[in-house]
Amino acid sequence: MLGQQLFNALVLGSVYALFSLGFTLVFGVVRVVNLLYGFYFAVGAFIALFLATLAHVPLWLAAPLGAIGAGGIAAILDGALLTPLRAAKAPELSALIVTLGGVLLFISCLTLAFGTEIRRFPAELLDWPAFQWGGVAISPLQIVIIVTAMVMVSALFFFIEKTRQGTAIRALAENPDVAALMGVNVGRAMAMTSFAAGTLSGAAGILIGLNFNAVHPYMGESMMLRGFVVIIVGGLGDIRGALLAGLALGFAEVLTAAYISSDFKEAVTFSVLVLTLWIRPSGLFGKASVKRA
Amino acid sequence: MWEMLDDLFYAYQDLFYGLGVNAILALSMYAVVSLGQLSLGQAAFMGIGAYVGAVVTVKLGLPFGLSLTAAMIAPAIVAALVGIPTLRLTGVYLAIATIGLGEVLRILYLNSDYLGGALGFSGIPEKANGWIIYGLLALILSGFLIITRSRVGRACEAIRQDEDAARVMGINVTLYKMTGLILSAALAGLGGALNAHFSSFISPGEFGFETAVAILSYAVLGGVATPLGPVIGAFLLTALPELLRSLHEFRGIFNGLIIVLVMIFLPKGLLGWRVRRTG
Repeated sequence: MLGQQLFNALVLGSVYALFSLGFTLVFGVVRVVNLLYGFYFAVGAFIALFLATLAHVPLWLAAPLGAIGAGGIAAILDGALLTPLRAAKAPELSALIVTLGGVLLFISCLTLAFGTEIRRFPAELLDWPAFQWGGVAISPLQIVIIVTAMVMVSALFFFIEKTRQGTAIRALAENPDVAALMGVNVGRAMAMTSFAAGTLSGAAGILIGLNFNAVHPYMGESMMLRGFVVIIVGGLGDIRGALLAGLALGFAEVLTAAYISSDFKEAVTFSVLVLTLWIRPSGLFGKASVKRA
Repeated sequence: MWEMLDDLFYAYQDLFYGLGVNAILALSMYAVVSLGQLSLGQAAFMGIGAYVGAVVTVKLGLPFGLSLTAAMIAPAIVAALVGIPTLRLTGVYLAIATIGLGEVLRILYLNSDYLGGALGFSGIPEKANGWIIYGLLALILSGFLIITRSRVGRACEAIRQDEDAARVMGINVTLYKMTGLILSAALAGLGGALNAHFSSFISPGEFGFETAVAILSYAVLGGVATPLGPVIGAFLLTALPELLRSLHEFRGIFNGLIIVLVMIFLPKGLLGWRVRRTG
């Protein structure tokens, strides 16, 4: 029983880690709490769903296309909403307010176009028999989720640490003005960041959509709450912290639901957030620079 | 003639009350935004006020005045718990903590049988009326207008413009921000309780993300240069979708679009002018 719970927690936690990684990356580089991030989560799931159901694209192709589509949309929308504010050197809260208006605007559009009802992937696409391993029932889909999350996280680390574009992004996170003086194309690096983060969010949306087989416009909203908790607990802008905190959140949620009550899942999560703010606002590793106001 | 006016009033009664309550909510936002902070918990504080007020009136059977008082104190306490750790940090932390608060409370209401769960809390006596709502609004608005013109108002403006400089000038920035947030939560709670006592029914979905953004949009449209701004913003954004029925369905799109456009093209809001200073 406990083994099963722990395995389910690992599945969920790896998706949370994947989602939060992009969220914290955007904050670290663009210095904006981008609330649109939860919208890209739903966008990825919708694209994959429509490709699979309407265009009959096989799932192994529809899923990556959905994630990349979400990344492309993220690059466009972030660029359209945040570039004018950056040009005007607006304070960070203005940017947060714009993304807040944007998320309401775009989710409302999505609702208007597709309705609020829950859509599902065709059952036969996901009809893979589960197998037993040491008393734990494991479905191939769960394996796919964990492997996908691991591959994408590694790819992101490789991109950030080893490539030229990744170096530019890290320079931007360090200090945008100096990075620009060193010849970093700020606009392009920002767009790359949005694209990478949007792809992660979209992928997380597709994986959650497949895992629970439910896709709807508001699916990103509850995910954003988890995203907030993870980036605060992990430390704002701290990629490794987000990874660890995301996994931990998966365990905390599943174990709370299993042994206390699933009604308190969110309350427990939020208490962790407030507690972190009280005792350790710089997050797990204490690396995030907490500017004390 | 009078009958016709009566009919007209009856048809638009909820809109009339809603305008006043939303103006109070907009002022609650003003109390935070005028300090350069961003609270996304106004809907959550409003919800606490609405539920606490309803419980005091319906379940405890206490008078309306007490219910309004409790509806202001409860969210103020919650605001202090969230505000003490976050206000020492940069504004982003307060925004994140308060947006999370709304989501959590919504789920708690949904799962509480005592509060009516998903079906909502019904049968709240309609104790609020135009006199009470607009009397309180006038009181709060004149309070803000007096404060804006005073030493305290100038301190708030200094904090909004440049926190570090304000601190160097000897302003106790954290105290100001804390007071602003607590006052803001209390006003939002008052708005919530008034709303509950004229619509006679509340449900968890009313205090979610969309409401939080709507309250913010009043302040964003009106600007923070004067407390009149958010009030006018609230009037416009509440009345327009009601009068243009076709807009109703597009409310989310409309509110979202207003915020995006105003922030990008009119960063100071519709009413960018300042109240003249005296004294």
